[in-house]
Amino acid sequence: MSTSLAMFLLFIAVTLGITYWASKRSSGASAFFAAGRRITGWQNGVAIAGDYMSAASFLGIAGLIAFSGYDGFMYSVGFLVAYLTVLLVIAEPLRNAGKYTMADVLAYRLSPRPVRAMAALSTLTVSTFYMIAQMVGAGALVALLLKGSGISFQTAVIGVGVLMIVYVVFGGMLATTWVQIVKAVLLMSGTVLLSILVLAHFDFNLSNFFAAVGHVTYHDHGQVVVKDFLLPGLRYKPPYGALDLLSLGAALIFGTAGLPHILVRFYTVPDAKTARNSVVWATVLIGAFYIMTTFLGFGAATIVGRDYIVGHGGTNMSAPLLAQNLAGDVFFAFISAIAFATILAVVAGLTISASTSFAHDFWTNVIHKGVERRAGEEVLVARISAFVVGAASIVLAIVLGPTANVAFLVGLAFAVAASANLPVIVLSIFWRRFNTAGAVTGLAVGLVTSIGLILVSPSLMAIDPPTVVGAARHLIQAKAWFPLENPGILSIPLGFFGAIVGTLLSHEPTSQHKFNELLVRSNTGLGSERASVA
Amino acid sequence: MANAVVHARPAQQEQYKASQTTWDSIAETTEFKDLMATKRVFIVPAFVFFVVYYFLLPLLVGYAPGLMATRIGPVNLAYVFALSQFVVVWVIAGLYVKAANTFDRLAKDIVEKAHDAQGGK
Repeated sequence: MSTSLAMFLLFIAVTLGITYWASKRSSGASAFFAAGRRITGWQNGVAIAGDYMSAASFLGIAGLIAFSGYDGFMYSVGFLVAYLTVLLVIAEPLRNAGKYTMADVLAYRLSPRPVRAMAALSTLTVSTFYMIAQMVGAGALVALLLKGSGISFQTAVIGVGVLMIVYVVFGGMLATTWVQIVKAVLLMSGTVLLSILVLAHFDFNLSNFFAAVGHVTYHDHGQVVVKDFLLPGLRYKPPYGALDLLSLGAALIFGTAGLPHILVRFYTVPDAKTARNSVVWATVLIGAFYIMTTFLGFGAATIVGRDYIVGHGGTNMSAPLLAQNLAGDVFFAFISAIAFATILAVVAGLTISASTSFAHDFWTNVIHKGVERRAGEEVLVARISAFVVGAASIVLAIVLGPTANVAFLVGLAFAVAASANLPVIVLSIFWRRFNTAGAVTGLAVGLVTSIGLILVSPSLMAIDPPTVVGAARHLIQAKAWFPLENPGILSIPLGFFGAIVGTLLSHEPTSQHKFNELLVRSNTGLGSERASVA
Repeated sequence: MANAVVHARPAQQEQYKASQTTWDSIAETTEFKDLMATKRVFIVPAFVFFVVYYFLLPLLVGYAPGLMATRIGPVNLAYVFALSQFVVVWVIAGLYVKAANTFDRLAKDIVEKAHDAQGGK
């Protein structure tokens, strides 16, 4: 049995232990959906960081920086700055006025059923896209990391899927939170160790390090090239590179504040002040992490080299291969196990936010008009939907296969969150005139335009050379209609525009009358949901 | 307070419930208007500043690559500017937490008053 596999199994054992402990400890809806609202500030901060630093961040960004230098670092910056939107605009009002989901805040003053139905649709869309991207990535990665132990893509996907279902169905939000915390601590320690090793390689001399980053040598189309990896422009090239960077930036800094699996975290703490402190904890951790991504990425580019990475699993393997190069196979196994933990924790977070939205928004509030017919029904429905969501993503990931071009799905999740969710949350908190028609049109326009624009973007439309085969080929073999990879720059304003036009074209006196209630609640915490008693 | 559900203090475990008119009257108090004004004075400029500062990065990187390639010690302006974004996030987060202590104090008064009014004291 390989060292990697042993470490994977150790992590699985620990997290199943947590799940068992959580299942003994909690019962009731507030426990299942919000961990009894008794998570502390630092715990929630670490868990937010855990939810956010997905395999796409750890392996993806390290790989992007290793291959595209500075341009990859632009992701890191956007991912962190996003938390100021969360901190200044979203976290506290949401905690003060909501119960389990973002739709709770919308439902205060707007007509609950249409708004919740649209919000649930948007939440499920974001979570599903994000999850498929993680699952396909997870399967390919686990199979690669455990190469030689006979674990195939299918086995890996099924394993990840079953584990995430177990965490959520049996342990609810409490288990999910602690899995995030364990994972975040592992990820931070691995990243710190790896960064120290990179610096040690350059005798702790930053000038030597950056001198090497300034002359990265690799083969491109058979030719030897030397590039300065600190210079922008390796990935985002004219004519649309600059616009794409802006569009990506907008989707990142406004999308994070609309990601359902981040938003649900604010309901797990006792009050708005704790929610605020948890965001501050998260910015410290996430910021430190993303600064270190430059050591990982530049380290992989200079020490391991692009040519070697291409021949040993590709961009996503940059960080693990760096670990192997610097400290041997055991450290490679450790970093691989961290990558695996990262994937598991993130998919668990996505599963619980998707099933919460389905059970709370759609089942209880849309279908049954806000009345639970039997005690515990909402939690039961959430458990069943967690199972269904998990099973569906296993099947979809296996059908798509390990080579599927799914990286754009993460970008799409951010774009939908920024274009559909964020405008309606913001307008509902800040604009007295806002109403149901506005919320429904805003959500619909944001959802449709971001998905539509991605469908006709270079992510899905391109003419591949015949050497590209199977699932790696672009879905539509034609020149892209929309030139940018990320639709944010157009779809976010359209989301706001839809919400505003929808509002102005209709009259709904009650939504204006009830604005004061939401205003007082969201700003003072008066009447907010209490933590359960120990 | 015709429809208000009456709770005795301490209301720590109970949830506050009130009628529409109660919410309206709280929203009209000077205390609440003060709270909103105090929040606005901090949040609006802070938000505008960080959004503008952030978008300067992709704008300059995209449209002034020559400027951003200026060497600064072992690195260049692009990298230093990107790192400065991290500092800006931490500084604004720190300032916000400080400012929010004032918001909390103002909000606490409003909440206590509301509970007192309902509790009948």
